[in-house]
Amino acid sequence: MSLELAGITVLWIFLYGYIIVASIDFGAGFFSFYCKARRQDHIVNGIIQRYLSPVWEVTNVFLIFFVVGLVGFFPDTAYYYGTALLVPGSIALVLLSLRGSFYAFAHYGARENMLFHFIYGVTGLFIPASLATILTISEGGFIEVRGDEVILLMDRLLASPYSWAVVLLALASVLFISASFLTYYADKAKDVRAAKLLRSFAIGWSLPTIFASFLVFLSIRNHNPQHFDKMLDASWLFLLSLASFLFALALLLKKRGYGWAFVFVMLQFAFAFFGYGVSHLPYLLYPYVTITDSITSPQMGAALVIGFIAGLCLLVPSLILLMRLFLFDARYVQGKPTK
Amino acid sequence: MELDNTMLARILTSLTLGFHIIFAALGVGIPVLISAAEWLGIRRKDPAYILLAKRWVKGFTVTVAVGVVTGTCIGLQLSLLWPSFMKVAGEVIALPLFLETFAFFFEAIFLGIYLYTWDRFRNPYIHWIFSIPVILGSTASAFFIMTVNAFMNAPQGFTLDGGAIVDIQPLAAMFNPATPSKAGHMIFSAYAASAYVLAALAAWQLLKGKRHEYYRKALKLTMTMALLFSFGTAVWGDLAGKYLAEYQPVKLAAAEWHFETKPQAELIFGGVLDEETGEVKYGLKLPYALSILATGLPDGEVKGLNEFPEEERPPLFVHYLFDGMVTIGLYMLVVPLVYFYYRRKHSEQGPRLLYRAIIWGAPLSLLAIELGWMFTEIGRQPWILVGYMKTAHAATTADNVGEMLILFSLLYIFLAVTSSLVLARMFRNKPAEAELSGGQLDV
Repeated sequence: MSLELAGITVLWIFLYGYIIVASIDFGAGFFSFYCKARRQDHIVNGIIQRYLSPVWEVTNVFLIFFVVGLVGFFPDTAYYYGTALLVPGSIALVLLSLRGSFYAFAHYGARENMLFHFIYGVTGLFIPASLATILTISEGGFIEVRGDEVILLMDRLLASPYSWAVVLLALASVLFISASFLTYYADKAKDVRAAKLLRSFAIGWSLPTIFASFLVFLSIRNHNPQHFDKMLDASWLFLLSLASFLFALALLLKKRGYGWAFVFVMLQFAFAFFGYGVSHLPYLLYPYVTITDSITSPQMGAALVIGFIAGLCLLVPSLILLMRLFLFDARYVQGKPTK
Repeated sequence: MELDNTMLARILTSLTLGFHIIFAALGVGIPVLISAAEWLGIRRKDPAYILLAKRWVKGFTVTVAVGVVTGTCIGLQLSLLWPSFMKVAGEVIALPLFLETFAFFFEAIFLGIYLYTWDRFRNPYIHWIFSIPVILGSTASAFFIMTVNAFMNAPQGFTLDGGAIVDIQPLAAMFNPATPSKAGHMIFSAYAASAYVLAALAAWQLLKGKRHEYYRKALKLTMTMALLFSFGTAVWGDLAGKYLAEYQPVKLAAAEWHFETKPQAELIFGGVLDEETGEVKYGLKLPYALSILATGLPDGEVKGLNEFPEEERPPLFVHYLFDGMVTIGLYMLVVPLVYFYYRRKHSEQGPRLLYRAIIWGAPLSLLAIELGWMFTEIGRQPWILVGYMKTAHAATTADNVGEMLILFSLLYIFLAVTSSLVLARMFRNKPAEAELSGGQLDV
């Protein structure tokens, strides 16, 4: 495997990881707020808190990892995206900052403050919307290079149907992924009422997710026909994604195998995300940056790959420990004393 | 001062860094103290130390949250505000940036475990063990980031061929001549400032008239650490001076208002510079001291500013930043010495003035870190990458940097106010004595 392909594969895996863990987190924030506003918070918030508390910091790292890795493997992206994304990137950063700190504030300091919950819930929807827009921008047509300057065409971005379809997909996916995971978590905790409520959220957001995916398909055809054609070449991945979705939905409707249902949801997004990614190559930014001409030197590439492997050797056991202690420890999940 | 893109980007970066560094320093240092307190508590079977560790951890969660989010800000702002620099940095110094995310990841995982497993293990040392990866992760993060800053000061590990960067050696770039002195100085000062912040909390209670041994134990532990780490900071500061003399003489010369290259150079403290004549009025002159700082010998030759073209000199007000940092550094060494002197002489009760001095140590030690960063960053000007890239050529060309500056200023003000309120509320109605006697140790 060539260096550029290895690099982008690693990064894409991490971005996929971020999409899953961050969606759970974003959606959980929104559900938590929604239930509080409807005075149903006693049903689900225990579950949500127990899951989020030990892992919220970890979520952010996936994103940073992706950005730093992207700049490391493909330095040109720093120049193009860095310049073009000053304003939207800064706004996303402010939202992420508010969200991260408010989680800690609300959790450790002022538990009953509605404003904290509101900010925590609403940023959970705005952040995925704004981050998804970056993928939209990568399709080209929204960045123009004039001489030395890289300019983001904000008006065109806001007027593009494709851009809005992606935002819609991001929102529906976040809520769907999150609800299907939390259903599993609540079921594992033997919390019947929470599982029932969360399952209804999961089912409620399943069809909008698929509907939004079709919208994205239709609108990318107009926006970037070249990419659309390559997506058709990889259509088997998208069909597998659809099949996984149907399995997940069937399990949710049959009220059993919530763990498997969530695995199928993850597969659904994995197939779709990698199908999108594969067909996006070789471009990192249409039509300016490709993986082949922006790849870093072989020396740096080798150093990064070695660093990555060494890092994984450290992280994987640690993550397994974290999951064993909090995700797969039945007594902890059920909120019982664990000693 | 013209508010062009470069200047605005510099202000925004320094604002983010200046805000982040407080929480970053506490994030690196406080785990060391928490770990020490828990270890003492287990070893001596003393619930006071365990409670100390638990209360520190509780406050720490808030500072660490602000540290994480502002760290995310600076991490991404580097690309947003300095895209041309990050393109070069990506090619040469990406490795430590990449490794830093692993170190932080590692720290975050074990912090989560540490926070939520207090009563989970029969053997209390198992819980304590989880503090070690937190310390390793946060200190390694600091180290990796410092290698990047060191690289900006002493770039190496690549060759410029025309406009292209070739012959890249990632490890040489990372372990450049500035790395040892910078990383050590920063890590020790983070430890020392954290010790002072926690010492100030205990001193504050003692000053208010609390007499519980909990506070005395807290003060003794934190003052011991403060002494140790302030000493380490000073030793590494001396190394940093010798590094500057050898590799960035213009920075040292600007810090010291040292114009003529000469041996037996005196160190000027404070004073007012007459820019026309280069004469210093009212300053305190310590004979030989600059030569000793720069070379270790009283006769050592120290390069002066006159050797460098004017457009390559940093602004000369960095002198005050440097002096401020050094003065506070000395203060941080003296206060614990006085404290231990009183402990020996007068048994337990120190004078109120001493408690006040310890309390002042907290904001001052953080101020020293800020001054140190301002000194090293402004002292590197006009370069962003010494000898290779000027700051003015690295800033973003995008519009709206000014608006982003306002946006982030609001964010930081908001975070500062809210985090202070949350911290105050967290402990206001929960005195340590009550938690100790009530036997309720929940976190």
